[in-house]
Amino acid sequence: MTATAEVSTGSRGAQPPVPDGAITLTLKVRRFNPEVDDEPRWDSFEIPALPTDRVLNLLHYVKWYLDGTLTFRRSCAHGICGSDAMRINGVNRLACKVLVKDLLAGGGKQTTITIEPIKGLPVHKDLLVDMEPFFEAFRAVKPYLITYGNEPTRERVQSVADRERFDDTTKCILCACCTTSCPVYWTEGSYFGPAAIVNAHRFIFDSRDEGAEERLDILNDIDGVWRCRTTFNCTDACPRGIQVTKAIQEVKRALLFKRV
Amino acid sequence: MQFHKYDVVIIGAGGAGMRAAIEAGQRARTAVLTKLYPTRSHTGAAQGGMCAALANVEEDNWEWHTFDTIKGGDYLVDQDAAEIMAKEAIDAVLDLEKMGLPFNRTPEGKIDQRRFGGHTRNHGEAAVRRACYAADRTGHMILQTLYQNCVKHGIEFFNEFYVLDICLTETEDGPVCTGAVAYELATGEIHVFQAKSVVFATGGFGKVFKTTSNAHTLTGDGMGIVFRKGLPLEDMEFYQFHPTGLAGLGILLTEGARGEGAILRNASGERFMERYAPTIKDLAPRDIVARSMALEVLEGRGAGPNKDYVLLDCTHLGAEVLETKLPDITEFARTYLAVDPVKEPVPVYPTAHYAMGGIPTNVHGEVLRDNDHVVPGLYAAGECACVSVHGANRLGTNSLLDINVFGRRAGIAAAEYANAHEHVELPETPAKAVEEQLALVLSEHGHERVADIRTELQATMDANASVYRTEDTLKQALHDVQALKERYQRITVQDKGKRFNTDLLEAVELGFLLELAEVLVVGALARKESRGGHAREDYPNRDDTNFMRHSMYYKEGEGMAADIRLDYKPVTFTRYQPMERKY
Repeated sequence: MTATAEVSTGSRGAQPPVPDGAITLTLKVRRFNPEVDDEPRWDSFEIPALPTDRVLNLLHYVKWYLDGTLTFRRSCAHGICGSDAMRINGVNRLACKVLVKDLLAGGGKQTTITIEPIKGLPVHKDLLVDMEPFFEAFRAVKPYLITYGNEPTRERVQSVADRERFDDTTKCILCACCTTSCPVYWTEGSYFGPAAIVNAHRFIFDSRDEGAEERLDILNDIDGVWRCRTTFNCTDACPRGIQVTKAIQEVKRALLFKRV
Repeated sequence: MQFHKYDVVIIGAGGAGMRAAIEAGQRARTAVLTKLYPTRSHTGAAQGGMCAALANVEEDNWEWHTFDTIKGGDYLVDQDAAEIMAKEAIDAVLDLEKMGLPFNRTPEGKIDQRRFGGHTRNHGEAAVRRACYAADRTGHMILQTLYQNCVKHGIEFFNEFYVLDICLTETEDGPVCTGAVAYELATGEIHVFQAKSVVFATGGFGKVFKTTSNAHTLTGDGMGIVFRKGLPLEDMEFYQFHPTGLAGLGILLTEGARGEGAILRNASGERFMERYAPTIKDLAPRDIVARSMALEVLEGRGAGPNKDYVLLDCTHLGAEVLETKLPDITEFARTYLAVDPVKEPVPVYPTAHYAMGGIPTNVHGEVLRDNDHVVPGLYAAGECACVSVHGANRLGTNSLLDINVFGRRAGIAAAEYANAHEHVELPETPAKAVEEQLALVLSEHGHERVADIRTELQATMDANASVYRTEDTLKQALHDVQALKERYQRITVQDKGKRFNTDLLEAVELGFLLELAEVLVVGALARKESRGGHAREDYPNRDDTNFMRHSMYYKEGEGMAADIRLDYKPVTFTRYQPMERKY
């Protein structure tokens, strides 16, 4: 279905002026609103876009000028809040961190961008999925500092090297790009998934933490780290550049050799 | 409609809301309502650090921090509150460390500290290393750490619940807060939360501007709700423009870059801040740096093909400092401007960043209904509140400090109040106003498009109420905003459904933006002086005789066409007399 013509003229009013240097793109979006639809469908929109536009700008263009019912989450718009994870041309990305020029690079002839919700979580509406199972897995790994005994009056001492040991996994923004790119997670929803393991890693390898054993026990479970098949999809998908697969391997090794 | 009963209801799950929740949740039955998911809140976008006079790397003390905060705020700061904040800063940082926050460390393993704008040794002698930090994602680490601790303490969240009203019950002693009304995004259902105390922690309203570091969701909902209830807002004309937004985009590049030694240059490569702030140069407070940048551009010394920005030069810092201490902003410049800060200077220009004003509170977070009385049971903390610790201009890092110190205080005060009082009856039909408001937006009563009104609002605010203002530009802005408010009464939304109706959400948010923009402009017109973040070209000097006082705004009447009444509140002084502000 091509929604552009019918929706854009009519009551939605005129569209804003097209900026110099804009090209016309086709944005193909997976739509589904269980309130009215029996089945998901594809809608296509013709949109003027600058090479420096973020994909989020294109989605806003549709929502604000063509079809106000298009539904997605977004907030910070520069890759730090983790709201707008989606499948863009078949790969998990944040819509606010992918520029049009990066998607059209290469042949230069391809002018269609495909957008789908992330996979493995139930779709609530269009690109907006149920995040509860994802956060439930996160909460299950005890993602907080666990310590015993009296608290020091000042800060706990931690060497620069000890701080560096878990630096990579502190960058996680819980966007779910990694977890929902994992083929194991797609088929086994009970698997904790990469993000939960990343957040367990962040504490297991923190020299101040005394809860490693509890967390490793949890991750030794049938739905824990051993489900990982080292596909590396998660590492490729992470918008924060975290070495996700490496972190999972480090947790596996800690389980095998009983030390961190 | 669904009904819930709690002791404490916290609205907003950013830094202030979750810091409050950690305290309230351990003392009383607490619910946190957020229109997002907690980890999406914009505290996570803060980068550079959180100041506290730990003196881990050089001599420092909280009295110097107090003085810097007051001078930085151009003496409009309430000095008792600033003293509390600077004193409690030390424990606020140590508390976060104990909760697990991964601060960067010194070679001895202590929390490392870096320089930041306006933070000085011994009352202005030189820049001091006071900002505790975690690379350039300090806000991200604070948000994550607070959420982690909320998980640890089993705090109850209602995610994607958009609060649209609070319940005030009239008593013999005036109004008392008795609850909040929320719209559940997933279902479109209305929920009434009865509570003994309610804490607003809803953040700022940067989306009144086009060029802003703020998230799309920062639409001033909490401030707007309070204002519509006839309660005052304070000092709304003081809006901070952060000097280093990515040119044309507004995405924030931390002041911590200059803290690590980065330098601002004009088109000819001159380090122009030497002319404006000879002692601390690039580390002058944000209002001064933003004005200096705007002047360089106005006077033709801007860089780029249109001479409309200046350059942030980080090239001499080296790849290692950039990759380890400033990795995120390095990536932002590469991703969004295709500029590599390791090799070339980054185009920057001021970006709308932070509201110094907001819901007036005392130092316990209690919301004022006028200069002398509080609303029992109602609290506010963080950017939506005005204590006032930031006065006319907030120092860098003091917002992360504010949310921790006053978020904690509000959480404790709200829980203690709840434990000492019984539930007061809700007003009759508490959800009626919200139901009518939503029904009106969803009905067919016009053809005005939300995006058009919002775009025009942001354009006029950028053009007329930004870094520099005059009588003429502000009158233009007021004219435009009032015309847009009138058009807003005829808006239409396309999505009429119940399920995740974000079309409706954006329409409601726009209503708050319009009202708050008008308050900002009315306040800026009335304040015929230049102080901190409020710079009037036609009144270039600070006028302590007439304007050493907080502004208080009250909505008079109902609906979008209501008037704004302006009143004043004295500034609290303790030990610092106003002086000329030089750096």
